Amino acid sequence: MQLKGFRRNDGSVGIRNKVLILPSVACAAETARIIANQVDGCTIINNQLGCGQMGSDSERTINTLIGLGKNPNVYGVLVVGLGCEVAQAKIIAEGIRESKKPVKVVVIQDEGGVLSTVSKGIEYACQMVQDMSKEKPVKIEISDLVVALECGGSDPTSGLASNPSLGLASDMIVKNGGTVILSETTEFIGAEHILAQRACNSETAADIFKIVHNLENEVMRMGGNLRGSNPSPGNIAGGLSSIEEKSLGCIYKGGSTPIMEVVEYSVKPKKKGLIIMDSPGQDIDSMTGMAAAGALVCAFTTGRGTPVGNPIMPVIKITGNSISFESLSDFIDINAGEILTGKKSLDEMGEIVFNEIIEVANGKRTKAEIFGFSEISIWRCGISV
Amino acid sequence: MNNEVSIVINEADNVATALCHLKAGQEISVKVGKKVIFLTLKEDINVYHKFSLYDILKDEKVYKYAQVIGESECYIDSGRHVHIHNMRSLRG
Repeated sequence: MQLKGFRRNDGSVGIRNKVLILPSVACAAETARIIANQVDGCTIINNQLGCGQMGSDSERTINTLIGLGKNPNVYGVLVVGLGCEVAQAKIIAEGIRESKKPVKVVVIQDEGGVLSTVSKGIEYACQMVQDMSKEKPVKIEISDLVVALECGGSDPTSGLASNPSLGLASDMIVKNGGTVILSETTEFIGAEHILAQRACNSETAADIFKIVHNLENEVMRMGGNLRGSNPSPGNIAGGLSSIEEKSLGCIYKGGSTPIMEVVEYSVKPKKKGLIIMDSPGQDIDSMTGMAAAGALVCAFTTGRGTPVGNPIMPVIKITGNSISFESLSDFIDINAGEILTGKKSLDEMGEIVFNEIIEVANGKRTKAEIFGFSEISIWRCGISV
Repeated sequence: MNNEVSIVINEADNVATALCHLKAGQEISVKVGKKVIFLTLKEDINVYHKFSLYDILKDEKVYKYAQVIGESECYIDSGRHVHIHNMRSLRG
């Protein structure tokens, strides 16, 4: 199948064409929503952060917002600021402008109120949508794709069916020169030795052990015990008994190719192939980080079933649980549980998942996308001040 | 169609995963690599939950995917439900 996408000014490639209305702070989120609601072709990030943050925590929030704006699925960005926030709209706009895409800014306290901000914002957004509509799709390659891997609401079928199927699809993407990002450090606990053996060099192997070690130290510092949180009550009800069991099932989705690099949360990989991102097991935090790192499409496995989507990248839902697929088929795209009932082989299912990723990259809309689900949350590393 | 009622991922494993709801007293055969094990379930096993293939001693490691997924908290005889009530994570 010939892939088509949108070539951006910085040479990157997007598979969707959206104008992003980006509130720099929670206080501007409702004003931004009014602008986005009025202009067809816009997507919005419901930013709940941007102020009362400090140090590495505010730095991460600002870098994540910039990364979401830079994502190649985004044609242009309107940053909506309040004025007094830590995550200054002008700084975010400047960061996004590095990608040479159209960026405009409106600031509520400078514009003289919400009405004038909305009016000016709509004017900017309308112009951007019209310019965007003239963009013609061009031929792109699988090697241009960056696929985010995610699992949520896992159960034992995730490790038996959906993740192994997605793993085969990941291998096909990588063998064609593309990039896949495996995230959720919590769900490497108990499986990190297997991942480290697959690292492309000793430095990367050490990075894998380091991110898991850091997370476990943080859990201890919080006086914690993962049980009851990860695996979650739903994971446990489904039959997962420990974080090790969950992790060993989770890592299948990364396939079998060498791990080329470990990147920090929301940081764009320098290499192609299979990449690990340090992120939490919280699905929305993790997907937000991968979208900010430039992921174009997300392949999301689920056992218990979850409807979440993303405002920047289409999200494909794959379950290994035929019972969940029967009851929740309005938001699950693929039933990989057919492997367990013997209707399909693992190889056949890997092919089905790969083909779905390609079709979605080519414009086919996923169920989460059609519902308009667009959850966003940024992984925090500090307290509110 | 697959007629198996359970699956063992690796022959090094000491637990199997039920592929449908299984009943206490049910006599089943389980494929473990090239071997077939016959056992009687001691209790009901929910779909996708695990049961012991062999007697597992207290503090013995529990294996799935040929990897350690935890440790038994008590003696678990074969055909028992293995879950958070009788095994613990070594990492969580």
